[in-house]
Amino acid sequence: MKLAFTTLGEKLDSPLDPSFGRARNFLVYDLQTQAIEIISNKQNLDAAQGAGIQAAQTIAKAGAQALITGHCGPKAFRVLEAAGIKVFNTDATTVTEALARYQAETLTEAKAANIEGHWA
Amino acid sequence: MIIAVASGKGGTGKTTISVNLAKAFGAPVQLLDCDVEEPNAHLFLRGVLIGEEEISIAVPEINATACNACDDCVKFCQFNALASFCSAPLVFPELCHGCGGCALVCPRDAIRERDFRIGVINTFVNENITLKSGCLDVGVSLASALVNSVKSRLDKGVTAILDAPPGTACPAVATLRGVDFVLLVTEPTPFGLHDLKLAVDTVRELRLPFGVVINRVGIGDDRVHRFCADEHIPVLLEIPDDRRIAEAYSKGELIVEALPEYRVLFERLWQAITREAGQGTAP
Repeated sequence: MKLAFTTLGEKLDSPLDPSFGRARNFLVYDLQTQAIEIISNKQNLDAAQGAGIQAAQTIAKAGAQALITGHCGPKAFRVLEAAGIKVFNTDATTVTEALARYQAETLTEAKAANIEGHWA
Repeated sequence: MIIAVASGKGGTGKTTISVNLAKAFGAPVQLLDCDVEEPNAHLFLRGVLIGEEEISIAVPEINATACNACDDCVKFCQFNALASFCSAPLVFPELCHGCGGCALVCPRDAIRERDFRIGVINTFVNENITLKSGCLDVGVSLASALVNSVKSRLDKGVTAILDAPPGTACPAVATLRGVDFVLLVTEPTPFGLHDLKLAVDTVRELRLPFGVVINRVGIGDDRVHRFCADEHIPVLLEIPDDRRIAEAYSKGELIVEALPEYRVLFERLWQAITREAGQGTAP
């Protein structure tokens, strides 16, 4: 199973990026092989609108089955839900910390977006 | 003649100028409230509502059985209004600009279009003035589309005043496009000057003749006046910083009615606009 994290860096000990749609990078972690894949979200940082929708498609295409991030808006949530990707919100400061919380099963699965949508 | 009343900075007095200019015209005139995200001209004119028209754009509807998830439509959409991952795309109508491109590129003819409401246009009549007021629905981002709808209902044979949204972004440009003359309303403050420069750059880019109205003269400094003089931009009207104007505004009253001594200023402004627009050259 693959987990997608939002991060400001490129390593497991990098800071967790609290944003989803306009996160700097996605770190996709394979729980079985412990392999790491970094996906840049650069083109989305400047999107006029719909960054969350694009980000959701990016991690769906990367094969992630769960997203662990700070915040997730309503449109991104709709896409993730349709793609069958579970969403976990966390205030962990690093990817490692967020992963540990996921593995300790202390994160609860989000049933809805945890922030309002917004306009460019 | 079509005149747009615009500004860089918000709150400089666009609506005040627009409604008083309309009232001082003395003949049939149209007033179009193009500030569709927060229309307010009707608060000052208090006309009789004679029409209410719903405005929609065409958004895609996907036939999931015909769709083979090729993603051509998703790749085509520049506004991220479609999302897909090996299934029929999800549609986000509030992000769609109604261009119809997705239906054209679909190789399976799986997309048909349906109406999606973006707002209303209310028509009010107050004596000589016909006011058309665009009002965008909450949660919709397509201000420019509604501005264009408001403008398309303009009667070309009757003088029109377009109350523009503040700023220099798409909805303001949509308002300004194709007008005969632009009044840029500003105030003599550093903020007023900063945003006036942006507005001047915009109207020059659009090659439109324009002049400046300086509101609340007496506050701030003389840098707006100096800028206009240096750039050879005509200052067509100066309104003093008069507390009675603010009081009338706060009660939703027109300056030309509450303070009749100011009426002549707006009559002179009409003469100045006619003179400047007649020259047809941008300063």
